[in-house]
Amino acid sequence: MAKANEIKYLTAIKQDKRPKKFCRFKKYGIKYIDYKDAEFLKKFLNEQGKVLPRRLTGNSLKYQRKVAEAIKKARQMALLPYVTDLLK
Amino acid sequence: MNNYELMVIFTPVLSEEEFKAAQKKFSDMVTDAGGEIVSTNPWGLKSLAYPIQKKTTAIYWVTEFRGSSDFNEKLKIQLNRDEQVLRHMITKLDKYAVEYNNRKRSGVPTGTEKVQEA
Repeated sequence: MAKANEIKYLTAIKQDKRPKKFCRFKKYGIKYIDYKDAEFLKKFLNEQGKVLPRRLTGNSLKYQRKVAEAIKKARQMALLPYVTDLLK
Repeated sequence: MNNYELMVIFTPVLSEEEFKAAQKKFSDMVTDAGGEIVSTNPWGLKSLAYPIQKKTTAIYWVTEFRGSSDFNEKLKIQLNRDEQVLRHMITKLDKYAVEYNNRKRSGVPTGTEKVQEA
């Protein structure tokens, strides 16, 4: 009788079930993204200070726009740099 | 009567009482024009993310006020005329923003703490 681990399946089992991305604003019910909160906005910037795309942040379209707008306001008021290296 | 938030960046060479005088000047302008200051929050000297007018540090001042919509024009003229002011920004606050600010001031945790780990 073939032992369990010797059974070969026709199609490989998909092991790495990476966690499903979710929009943190919808999930935690945040309605307003404050442009003064630079630390929180840094989570949506990459090392060069550029805005991360939605496929990486997992935000919904509505909140991704609000985040982008808040980041641009923060950049205008010199809370966040326009371009930098090793922002983190 | 809408809710607005004014953030002003002053030159770092401003002394303490000059800073207070500037704050008072703009706050009086709001109250004279029939507006009302909800809260004022001087951040003081902070380093800038990039130099503005060759200065790398500046004094920040954030204030939240209620005013009529045509008042902002007058405020903007004054802010542009004042050479102590490097940069200013007036944002309109919707009801979620006002509620966020109230919660932030009264210490009630706004949503962003929970989000830190996400």
